[in-house]
Amino acid sequence: MAMFDRVKNIDRRIIFLCIVLSVIVPLLLDITFTEKASPIVKNIFDKIESLPSGSRVLLSLDYGPSTVPEIQPMVNALVRHLNEKNHKVYFMCLWATGQNLTTITVDSVQAREFPEKVYGVDYVNLGYKAGNEGLINVLLTDMKKMYTTDVHGTYIDDLEIMRPVRNLTGFDLIVGLGGGTPGIKEWILFAGDPGRIPVAGGSTAVQAPLLYPYWPNQLLGLMGGIKGAAEYESELITYYPKYKLKSKPGIKMMGPQAVAHIVIMLFIIIGNITFFAQRAREGKAKGK
Amino acid sequence: MQELWVWVGALLTLSILSFLYKDNVFYKFAEHLFVGVSAAYWMVIGIWGTLFPNLIAKIYPEAVRFVLPSLADREADLTFIFPALMGLLLLLRLSSRVGWISRWPLAFIVGTTAGLNLVRYLRSDFIGQVQNTMIPLLVFDGGRLDLLHTMSSIVLFGGVFTGLIYFFFSKEHRGVFGAASKVGIWVLMITFGAGFGYTVMARISLLVGRMQFLLGDWLGLINR
Repeated sequence: MAMFDRVKNIDRRIIFLCIVLSVIVPLLLDITFTEKASPIVKNIFDKIESLPSGSRVLLSLDYGPSTVPEIQPMVNALVRHLNEKNHKVYFMCLWATGQNLTTITVDSVQAREFPEKVYGVDYVNLGYKAGNEGLINVLLTDMKKMYTTDVHGTYIDDLEIMRPVRNLTGFDLIVGLGGGTPGIKEWILFAGDPGRIPVAGGSTAVQAPLLYPYWPNQLLGLMGGIKGAAEYESELITYYPKYKLKSKPGIKMMGPQAVAHIVIMLFIIIGNITFFAQRAREGKAKGK
Repeated sequence: MQELWVWVGALLTLSILSFLYKDNVFYKFAEHLFVGVSAAYWMVIGIWGTLFPNLIAKIYPEAVRFVLPSLADREADLTFIFPALMGLLLLLRLSSRVGWISRWPLAFIVGTTAGLNLVRYLRSDFIGQVQNTMIPLLVFDGGRLDLLHTMSSIVLFGGVFTGLIYFFFSKEHRGVFGAASKVGIWVLMITFGAGFGYTVMARISLLVGRMQFLLGDWLGLINR
């Protein structure tokens, strides 16, 4: 019984250490698993695949540095897919922290991997504007009221890509990628539903359960956490095998994820055994 | 230069993680630095990204010639004086004598937001969600019963129905009603469990992200 007491009163720092090791070891051994897109993720992929070349897709990067590990793999995979299909990509953000991350994405993925695409013709970075859901509400009626310039200060109508767009109804698809409020929910409530515009999303795992009720009628598809990102990457590799050789951060992160989850489950089982063993011991002591 | 920033990032990461052992001066330093940098970042982005192009350039375009020359020759829109005034009134909150005036723009913000949200939430979160639940319980595909989708529909409908019964307190939870209420509790518990699972996944993802940075970008032990 002394063992149960020891387990019950274990120093929480030992648990932290176990979790850290369960993440570090699979990273060092490069453990990965095969991923297959679930219907909720595949829906987004299929929609982008089915849109005619040159369709206008708005990517709203509504996240900050704290959720980069979860959201950035989704963003990278989406940008690659949209460019493979020759769609027009419009970057914007509802979060101020998203502006710098958008610029990093544009520089490291959009411009570096697709140098043939022209800024202002094939893609544009609109940057951040304050206003949260109020901003979406204005964009639904008149986009250029809020976005008078792009992120570099170029007048909006001087950009060829912006000329045919008057408001959000001019987009064939809106993809919100974010980790909180304002985010995907606001895109559904203030743009998707009133404007009848298809909205898809990629969210942090914490937020995903809150967004499932909108699928499939109000939300076209959802990438929930790193698992969603890994599924999207696997689908991209299936359709475009050249990405098998490129960085697959989502798939790579699923190895440590799985091992860490097993460790946590073991801790839950040990915790429950300890609890029931103690209760049984207390019951016996009372019986005496 | 890049290497220097990787070192700064790594040391700050370790400073924050050191809190897991116990509170210490390195953690406090990193925390304070983060708060200060965040506040400054938001202010700078707000001024250059919104205040200049969306307010000052609208009222007096010539004033932004040195930062946004593309907007300097546009026509002024004096209706923007009203929101500018409201913004200034908000700042009166800093004064104890005339601070009460800041309640006017605040009332405008609250009223507009409430009105806007009421309509949108009613449409999407209430009517939209009711519509999403009103689905055929038996799903047929090519004249044959689609067992998987039928099961899915029954679980969805049953989950919502029994969940609502659990929250219906005007009738005592006994008999068939009580049994349905118990099912409702199970549905809620499974939902919370799924939520917890997702939360664990999110937190582990953040840890993996930091470990990838430390082991890959900093120490060069793994390829990212």
